[in-house]
Amino acid sequence: MTFHRFPARALHIAAATTLFCAFFAAQAGEVEVLHYWTSGGEAKAASALKATLQGKGHSWKDFAVAGGGGDSAMTVLKSRVVSGNAPAAAQIKGPSIQEWGNEGVLANLDDVAKANNWDALLPKVVSDVMKHKGHYVAVPVNVHRVNWLWANPEALKKANAKMPTNWDEFFVTAEALKKAGLIAVAHGGQNWQDFTTFESVALGVGGADFYRKALVQLDPATIKGPTMLKVLTTFKRVKGYTDKNAPGRDWNLATAMVIRGEAGMQLMGDWAKGEFIAAGKAPGKDFLCAAAPGTANAFTFNIDSFAMFKIKNTANLQAQKDMAAAIMSPEFQETFNLNKGSIPARLNMDMSKFDDCAKLSSKDFVATAKGNTLVPSIAHGMAVSSAAEGAIKDVVSQFWNTDAMTPEQAADRLVAAAKTR
Amino acid sequence: MSPGFATRLARWMPKLAVAPGFALSFAFIYGLIAWNGVLSFSASRLLPNYEWVGLAQYVALFESERWIVALTNLGIFSALFIGVGLALGLFLAVLLDQKIRAEGALRTIYLYPMALSFIVTGTAWKWILNPGLGLEHLVRSWGFEGFSFDWLVNPDMAIYTVVIAGVWQSAGFVMALFLAGLRGIDDAILKAAQIDGATLPRIYWRIVIPSLRPVFFSTLLVLAHISIKSFDLVMALTAGGPGFATDMPATFMYAMSFSRGQIGLGAASATIMLCTVAAIVVPYLYSELRGARR
Repeated sequence: MTFHRFPARALHIAAATTLFCAFFAAQAGEVEVLHYWTSGGEAKAASALKATLQGKGHSWKDFAVAGGGGDSAMTVLKSRVVSGNAPAAAQIKGPSIQEWGNEGVLANLDDVAKANNWDALLPKVVSDVMKHKGHYVAVPVNVHRVNWLWANPEALKKANAKMPTNWDEFFVTAEALKKAGLIAVAHGGQNWQDFTTFESVALGVGGADFYRKALVQLDPATIKGPTMLKVLTTFKRVKGYTDKNAPGRDWNLATAMVIRGEAGMQLMGDWAKGEFIAAGKAPGKDFLCAAAPGTANAFTFNIDSFAMFKIKNTANLQAQKDMAAAIMSPEFQETFNLNKGSIPARLNMDMSKFDDCAKLSSKDFVATAKGNTLVPSIAHGMAVSSAAEGAIKDVVSQFWNTDAMTPEQAADRLVAAAKTR
Repeated sequence: MSPGFATRLARWMPKLAVAPGFALSFAFIYGLIAWNGVLSFSASRLLPNYEWVGLAQYVALFESERWIVALTNLGIFSALFIGVGLALGLFLAVLLDQKIRAEGALRTIYLYPMALSFIVTGTAWKWILNPGLGLEHLVRSWGFEGFSFDWLVNPDMAIYTVVIAGVWQSAGFVMALFLAGLRGIDDAILKAAQIDGATLPRIYWRIVIPSLRPVFFSTLLVLAHISIKSFDLVMALTAGGPGFATDMPATFMYAMSFSRGQIGLGAASATIMLCTVAAIVVPYLYSELRGARR
């Protein structure tokens, strides 16, 4: 019986598949997607997008280039674009979208955006990043909050300290952790990690308006002002609570120190949560998350997005548009961000499936978007051009590493670096 | 089938045989060098473009503190890498030249680091020099609590760790070159010197080392270009850090061109690197070619 029935069913399926394929052959296109999500959780998140598109009958050509920062991916992308063979979509973010837009190679997504009402679904600061000269050229997939403080509750208990809410409390807690024989702050001495810490300090000490003026608009008077000196002094004080082996350490190894309880706290974006979760830890119980000291009412965002390139083939063009629409759909934003550890870029999402840290992040994202304290992260390529960002990053890192440099000298160099165009 | 054709073909044959290789190398070496030169005078950012800006990129380059650090590091690294590499290589070669037992095995052991890529060398030394993991940790665990060797994480000393790893890698290779040179020296001269009553150090100082002159030059050339283009060793060992304390011209060029969207500036730094190499190679080639003609 079963012998007979099974092949018959298989035949039906085969026939149905053939019909299905034949039906879609007319309009199914192929999207080639360049991305650098190659680590565990990231790859899982990318396959969610692949499944969504295949559900629409399009084929997905994966073009993953390893290297977390995306440097190598960008090099490959440049050679493809220069040779006139751009992929349909590429993972590009922040002001780089504008740089690519200026080269005249990005596609216009206004019709998809209008049909799906993107203007109402995204905070203005976010949609501005996605537009080039007023036209949508990119789609956001997630929002990372950068100004987080992670802590190990066991370590805090051992040191009899509490989770700090401002920088004064931070140093009290750090001192207590140090006295208890622990590394107070887990840090990785790579320039972007120094810069991530610096940006949280700047936001916590100076507030969102100062942050915007100094690190987004690059106003020389603000960069040289007394607030910046205070920021630099506070920033340098944090170094005293890190360990000697920090230089060159990867961020996830620093997170692992907090997970194991060797270190008390870490200042890092919410991708650190992925490490805690992967280690089987539960938020609120095994690890604590809070906005970086003094930044509870502000939010530095780091948004991953896909920029769409101009392509000629009409079937592929439809696939590209479907992909743009799919990325902004609530289903995709939910699945993707549950895997990636970030939160949806879309406002008004149902957050019930997310953990407490993500819920807090989402609540703050909406509130700060309204309160105008939602600011782009400079350390993660969201605020200024890559040339200026690099120059400022160099100064911050040098200040962190050079004990002889005074905050005044550092501020002067920051002013010079901010002039890089 | 005139004999004239065959002779003419025979005369042209070498040129025809060389032509494809010549054309390819012209396009892909000199053509690209020229393109890089053009880009260094352009306002290229993310992608190449041809807006002429004159010497602006070079001015920006020499105003950049990071570039100055890179050049200083190149000076420190080249001087020590070449100097220590030559001295150590020669020393090992002289020791190995004493007709000792198991010379073949020792030579292989000394030469072996050269078989590794700089990436492997860099990664291994990164672990060895890490204060919490390698040497410092080891010596402290033996009971010497005060021992400290944290050059890798000290911005002022980190460049010397690159020298250590580089010398470790290349000393064996230098030794092999010198050993070949030593073996090429006529025994009769040495014997004559011995009969004249010269001491061994004197023989080495006045006869052996001077006759190694050509080996010195070729070794110098190889080590000099390795140090100017050194990239992978720095990337694996310190990634230019702490901060940009161990940046070298090659890592600077890569960072500017490929991750900072400043292709023009990167091209300018690459041109300066080319000039540096040329400053060493051209006089060398000149003296070599003149020698050949003589």
